[in-house]
Amino acid sequence: MENSYIEYTKKRSKRSDCVRNCLRAFFVGGFVCIIGFAFKQLYVYFGVGDENASTFASISLIFIAGLLTGIGVFDKIGKFAGAGTLVPITGFANSVAAPAIENKSEGYVFGMASKMFVIAGPVIVFGLAASMIYGFIYWIYLML
Amino acid sequence: MERLLKFNDVFIKSNASVVGKMEKQGPLSEHYDICVEDEYFGQKTWEQAESEMVRRCINVLLGKCKYNQESVEFACGGDLLNQCVASSFGIKDMQIPFFGLYGACSTFAESNILAAALISAGFLQNGIAYANSHFCSAEKQYRFPLEYGGQRPPTSQYTVTGCGAFLLENQKTDIQVKDAVVGKIVDAGITDVNNMGAAMARAAASTIKRYFRLSDLKPKDFDVIATGDLGREGYELVCEELSDMQGFKDKFTDCGMLIYDYDKQDVHAGGSGCGCSAVVTSGYFVNQMKNNKIKNLLLVGTGALMNTNTVFQGQSISGIAHAIRFEAV
Repeated sequence: MENSYIEYTKKRSKRSDCVRNCLRAFFVGGFVCIIGFAFKQLYVYFGVGDENASTFASISLIFIAGLLTGIGVFDKIGKFAGAGTLVPITGFANSVAAPAIENKSEGYVFGMASKMFVIAGPVIVFGLAASMIYGFIYWIYLML
Repeated sequence: MERLLKFNDVFIKSNASVVGKMEKQGPLSEHYDICVEDEYFGQKTWEQAESEMVRRCINVLLGKCKYNQESVEFACGGDLLNQCVASSFGIKDMQIPFFGLYGACSTFAESNILAAALISAGFLQNGIAYANSHFCSAEKQYRFPLEYGGQRPPTSQYTVTGCGAFLLENQKTDIQVKDAVVGKIVDAGITDVNNMGAAMARAAASTIKRYFRLSDLKPKDFDVIATGDLGREGYELVCEELSDMQGFKDKFTDCGMLIYDYDKQDVHAGGSGCGCSAVVTSGYFVNQMKNNKIKNLLLVGTGALMNTNTVFQGQSISGIAHAIRFEAV
């Protein structure tokens, strides 16, 4: 009986519009990448090496996402674009800046600094763990 | 044991409601006493903002009936924040004997039932019952930071920024608090925090059924039967569950659906929070009763019982619903 109610409520509840969200994510996400690429080309034009230019482009995107979060615009873009701004490095920057701003009222130590990674923390932990596993496999591969 | 609580001579002496900007833009804006555009209410933090909202609401409540703090014998209220700090900090300087309550979003019905019971029993002559919630402090505690760029599913609800209060008294006025049924906790097994309507619908339906079984009344005796904050999703589930109750659907509405304009405001399934049923009842419904547009009102305050830890632990979200009847006399 109870299970059927859970199933029923799941079935009847309205879903987000998947096609619309995917299209928005595709175009906004693509646009973010174009901006990143434009930054990279700009840095190459100014004589920065190719590899460094990529890093500088990432830093620029992080800065813009942090700035847009601070002035209260990013959440509106994110609401529209969904994964389009969440998946690129902009989403990561926003997920660090947003709780830092929100929890500043509890002070710099117990508020801002300690709550800064509540959303991004798992990404860092599992990202590092995955890269360690990858590195280990790669090391064994080189030994063979 | 099941019992209908019948109150002797408990009346609404005064009512007050304070809301924020989103609620002002909603269809019921003319019924509130104060609408504050500044989400911070002139304070520095969201928690302080919510307490300030409570303070202003209680002051309006007392001002409207020309009472001062010393003449109030008792107050009870609650909110959604950890340890109910907003409702207690808001009233702390007033030196009114105080009970802090937690009934999730059913708190307004809960506080009214308790205050009415104490007055009816003769322990007190008057008492304040209130409940409040603030969108920003609730988001901070339960969900994501405000500036986080995420999306919500259509079944999620928008927490009302608002504080609603009644001053109940044993002297006759226009509106009487007649009777109540205390809710039982109903666990329907829902674990989706973005579908609170479904988690509370079962509890609401169960309390409504019990109310009509225990009282001599029928749905046709009411002008309005209003649940607290089921939103569109929960409202439809209750309609389906009580489809064989005669005349029920015509009288049934939900505060979470009334408070916002679905077409113009991006609130997904509707309003929620302690403040939702509090401001809709103390603002809109009471005005309708004073203007003789509603005579008999059954308020069914609905609450979803959980916290962020229990949700991550995979425990289901239980619902609770308290019913209380108001009558224009």
